[in-house]
Amino acid sequence: MKNALEAPRPIRKPQSEAAAALPLDRDLLIRMHDLMVKGRALEERLIQMYRQGHGFFWIGGPGEEAFNVPLGLLIKKGEGLDYDYLHFHYRQSATLLAMGEDPIGALRQLKNTATDPYSGGRNFAGHFSIKRWNVVPVSSPIEVQYSMAPGTAIAQKRHGGDGITIVTGGDAGTAEGDFASCLVWSSRPGNELPILIIVANNQWGISTAASTVQGCTNISDRGKAFRIRSKTIDGNNPVVAYQELREAMDYVRRERKPFLLEALVSRLYGHSSASGANFVPDEVDCIATYEQWLEAKGVANRAHFNEVRTRWNQEMAELARKVRDEPQPTPDSIWNFIYAEKK
Amino acid sequence: MASMAQAIRMALHYAEENLGVTDVFGEDVGPPLGGVFTTTQGLKTAWNSPLDERGIIGVAMGLALAGQRPVAEIQFCDYIFNAIDLLKLAGGTYWASNGDWNLPMVVKTPVGSGIRGSIYHSQSFDGTITRLPGWKVVMPSTPLDAYGLMISACQDLNPVMYLEPKALLRVRGEELIPGEPSDDRTLSKMIDAPLSRRSGWIPKWPELQPYSVPIGKAKIVRQGNQVTVVSYGRTLPLCAKAAGALRGEGIDAEVIDLRTLYPYDWDALKASIQKTGRVLYVNEDTEVTNFGEHLIRRTTEELFYALLAPPKLLAGKSIPGIGLADSLEMASVPQLPDVTAAIRALASEQP
Repeated sequence: MKNALEAPRPIRKPQSEAAAALPLDRDLLIRMHDLMVKGRALEERLIQMYRQGHGFFWIGGPGEEAFNVPLGLLIKKGEGLDYDYLHFHYRQSATLLAMGEDPIGALRQLKNTATDPYSGGRNFAGHFSIKRWNVVPVSSPIEVQYSMAPGTAIAQKRHGGDGITIVTGGDAGTAEGDFASCLVWSSRPGNELPILIIVANNQWGISTAASTVQGCTNISDRGKAFRIRSKTIDGNNPVVAYQELREAMDYVRRERKPFLLEALVSRLYGHSSASGANFVPDEVDCIATYEQWLEAKGVANRAHFNEVRTRWNQEMAELARKVRDEPQPTPDSIWNFIYAEKK
Repeated sequence: MASMAQAIRMALHYAEENLGVTDVFGEDVGPPLGGVFTTTQGLKTAWNSPLDERGIIGVAMGLALAGQRPVAEIQFCDYIFNAIDLLKLAGGTYWASNGDWNLPMVVKTPVGSGIRGSIYHSQSFDGTITRLPGWKVVMPSTPLDAYGLMISACQDLNPVMYLEPKALLRVRGEELIPGEPSDDRTLSKMIDAPLSRRSGWIPKWPELQPYSVPIGKAKIVRQGNQVTVVSYGRTLPLCAKAAGALRGEGIDAEVIDLRTLYPYDWDALKASIQKTGRVLYVNEDTEVTNFGEHLIRRTTEELFYALLAPPKLLAGKSIPGIGLADSLEMASVPQLPDVTAAIRALASEQP
């Protein structure tokens, strides 16, 4: 599944007719490509900044753009119970970009500047926190979000409406008890929760292959024991990802019940800077395969792809220059925000 | 007078009616039991959770993130340790997000010895939780303080750890909770669930009044000039009793109920120690890296020249657990004779 980019309904028609039968709107296909490349350009810029000594550590999600971009496009964005609550892990930058976030924040966080909008220079790259969009603080433990997410979902179930909770994590983190907690709390009889439980399965936990430590055939199989609707999909195909996410989200929004979605994705630059952050040539590059497909379908051509890539590379380089000389937080700022106080 | 368990229950009722508390939950917290110590009986927002401490703390955090006001219970603090990283995260979320997200949540949990609870129903948590910055930590020793501290905890914008000294939960107070009927039996009929036929039972709550004990304020329980004794929870009444008895021997001890362990009332401690020149810290957590050791360090560093004797700590023995046999429990954590002897020794110590 992971190595073949197949449109869900393969089209074998002359190009003119094929275009008319595209599985998604043509503009959406182009927009997803643009955001995927933007996400990749951001992560590659972050890696470069790390290599140049502008940051102590890099971690992110290059290789997951085909899944993360559709996710961001489908999120109901806003603050409070009427909107989606987002419990992300640290590989979600492309989702944030698809939601419309300015990439400069990620650069500032990597550079741990005082202007870092997510943590004020306190946390690693990819550790987003955006209250106005219900993006709760990302933290480094790879499992805790699965324990917290049912809490926002309980509030949303009580509140009504169509806001849902979305939690993301990796395959390695599902070995922790928190993942089981998430399944248990989301499926209590009579109290099923409006929560989309996502596992981005890149088949690695740092250097440990999932196949050597997890015996389940699919992680999504675990949902079945809890009567949670569950599915494993090709997360390297943005068309599949968009369609499957839309279906899963529609179900959760409408039925107010949980859905476990496992997306098989690639990890194109390893775990983090701690493992070198070098390009991994033997995994599927979702952008390359998507571009081949777009070209075959006559949606866009190589010149367009080159233009997009050049544009985002330049944009990220320009942003990096902009933040280059921004100051670090002041030493006495360590005392800020220990306790919230009534205003 | 209400017991501490009844006082906590009444405070939670007041909080769900008036302070926006949305969820009181944990294992066996909802009906029919209403908590193994009955502190959550009859509450309209109480519900039973799966038997999952990590889930309980995680869900409390999620509810707080979603603008709710949860009060989560861990049935005994002995079982909270598998959620320690979530507690760490809860305490650090406001700071890590640079002020973006605060977590208004209360976690309540019974602590300490006194019910012959053996190895896994007798542990203390004050030494551990005071090491997790971002939390406020309170521990009452009277029903009225239990009421007032819970009301403050339910209004705080930060995570508050509410430690319940389980040995005192069934002890009646000496002060009336505002709105409480003066007769014990009347109160019991109103708010204690019947032992049988609980289905359909609803409490008849008294007209409770707002009363809060501010977080961060200690209380001088007994005035004295010769030695300062600082304690909280189960050991506080022992200190007060010992001080009372020692007055007959001409020893004049001042007893301070810390009530809030963090952020603690250093001004109150400092004023007393400067007056007496002698201080004994008493708690029952194990003595190595004990919270009292921190207080001794600060006392020594800041008040060294006001001291007439070395600051002392009377705490639990540093052993893996509190054994079930009466003889073992008595030997493991401070008892009245230990407190009396410690105050007496400190009062008579000369340079």
